[in-house]
Amino acid sequence: MLINNFLLLGAVLFCIGVYGVIARKNAVMVLMSIELILNSVNINLLAFSMLHGNVDGNTFALYIIAVAAAEVGVGLAMVLLIYRNRKSISLDELSEMKG
Amino acid sequence: MSAVILADDIYVAQNIGFGIIAAVMIIGALKVVTSKNVVHAALALVLVLGGAAAQYLLLAAEFVAVTQVLVYVGAVMVLFLFGVMLTRAKLGQEGDLNNKNAILGVPVALLMLGVMSWVLIDGFEDTRLPQDGDQVSVQALSDSIFKPYLLPFWALSFVLLAAVIGAIVLARKD
Repeated sequence: MLINNFLLLGAVLFCIGVYGVIARKNAVMVLMSIELILNSVNINLLAFSMLHGNVDGNTFALYIIAVAAAEVGVGLAMVLLIYRNRKSISLDELSEMKG
Repeated sequence: MSAVILADDIYVAQNIGFGIIAAVMIIGALKVVTSKNVVHAALALVLVLGGAAAQYLLLAAEFVAVTQVLVYVGAVMVLFLFGVMLTRAKLGQEGDLNNKNAILGVPVALLMLGVMSWVLIDGFEDTRLPQDGDQVSVQALSDSIFKPYLLPFWALSFVLLAAVIGAIVLARKD
C-alpha cells in the first residue's frame, strides 16, 4: 500500500477537525473536533512507524491517546462548570476576558 | 513484469479494505462537524474512532488499536455522552450549533487540505509501506516505553494525576 493513502486520510480528517473547531459554537462539539484532529495525528505517526520499521511511532501514539483522555476529562469538567454558572455552553457568549 | 502485477494483486484486499474504512471515516467525520443533533454527532464520532482502530490494524499496530477501542470508544465516548446529556435540557434538536460566520471555516479547511495534499503527494510520491505484515509486538512496544521513553511516561503519569484531581476540583459542587 502507498503511504500516501494513510497520510492523505490523516490530512482530510485534520482539516475536517479544524473546520469543526472554527465553525462550532457548542463547547462539547469543539472538543469532539479536537478528538478528530488528535486521531489524524495518530494515523500519521503509525504510518511513519510502519514505514521505518520503528516502534517509536507506536509509543508516541499511545502517549497521545493518554493525553487526549486527560484533555477530555478536564475539558468536560470545565464545560460542566461553565454550564452550571451560565446555563449555556455557547462559546461566543463567553466574553468576560475580552480586552 | 508479471511478478510485479502479481505482487500488486496480493494486496488488493488491503487496499479495498482501506478504501471502505477511509470512506466510512470521512463520512462520519463530516457528520460530526455538520450534524444538527449533538447525540448524532457523538455517535458519528464513534464511527470515526472505530474506523481509526481498524486503520491501526492495517498499519500493524494491534496494541494501539486495542487501546484505541478501550480508551476512546469505551471511556472517552461515555464521557462525551455524559457531557452532552448534562449540558442541555432535553433530547432532540438543539438551537443552532454553529457560529454566525461558520462559513469562514470552509475556505480555511480547504486551503489547509490543498497545501497538505500538495506537500504529501510531492514529497512521498509512491513510497510504499513495507509488506512483511509483522505486527508490532507488545514486547517491543513495552521495551520502547520503559527504556528510552521512560521519562515521558513518568511525565504522562503526572499529567493524568493532575487531570483527575483538576477534573474533580472543577466539577465538584461546593
